[in-house]
Amino acid sequence: MNWTSAADFFAMGGYGLYVWGSFGVTALVVAGELVALALRRRALERKDSFE
Amino acid sequence: MPLADINWFYYAAPQRFHPLAGRLAPWFMAAAALLALAGLYIGFFVAPTDATQGEVYRVIFIHVPAAWMSMVVYLAMAFWAAVGLIFNARLASMLALALAPTGALMTFVALWTGALWGKPTWGAWWVWDARLTSELILLFLYIGYMSLHAAIEDTRRADRAAAVLAIVGAVNVPIIYFSVQWWNTLHQGASVSLTRAPSMATTMLTGMLLMALAAWAYCIAVALMRVRVLIVERERHAAWAQEALATP
Repeated sequence: MNWTSAADFFAMGGYGLYVWGSFGVTALVVAGELVALALRRRALERKDSFE
Repeated sequence: MPLADINWFYYAAPQRFHPLAGRLAPWFMAAAALLALAGLYIGFFVAPTDATQGEVYRVIFIHVPAAWMSMVVYLAMAFWAAVGLIFNARLASMLALALAPTGALMTFVALWTGALWGKPTWGAWWVWDARLTSELILLFLYIGYMSLHAAIEDTRRADRAAAVLAIVGAVNVPIIYFSVQWWNTLHQGASVSLTRAPSMATTMLTGMLLMALAAWAYCIAVALMRVRVLIVERERHAAWAQEALATP
């Protein structure tokens, strides 16, 4: 085990900003892509319902 | 059933590929989630602290898989764009278009995590190094491909014009890959290649490869999901597409 506590884990040896900045933004971008895709599909269903 | 016995052209029809993609996508997405969980666990809790870089090296578990996929997705996009152009195959053109946003996203993630890794290790968020510059050009190629496609109203003409851009731009991929050998770059050379034993601790490598497989599965899943949307968008007026929308 690399970490002695949760705070130790989040500190990432002083590199927390860089490590969590990388993982966090990646998670956001992936989530954003999935949401955008779901919205695009839903818009398609709505558009078709009154065509 | 031997692979040779499958009639691959059967699924070249968008109408037949739509349900197939719908069946495959959840499996790839589930595989991506499981592989990412395993990779993150090994990356954060099993792989040791790096002797020279400390904890910041853990950016590698995102950075390298994203950078690999940025190139792999581009080649896949250019391949399907070429198939669509040469054989006038509609589904191939749609696959190319479905891959572009995901490829752009992978390129952005590679650049973003690279900047966050560069600052503490090189002292700069960005340098005009051959590796970084060619990867930035890759992002512009993706954006150019999507913009060109969006700018042309006739869909099939847009497919053909964008395909030419995608094919010509493919020359940038080997430039990215070999840039660290051809030029004197600040970016380090490859730690993992097909010809040499990897120069990394085994647990670090395992975590990175699991994350790379997760990225593969994610890209395939999202491309399949997006191509389904594209198929229905383009075939909206066909009766089967209306039915496909009604039954998800």
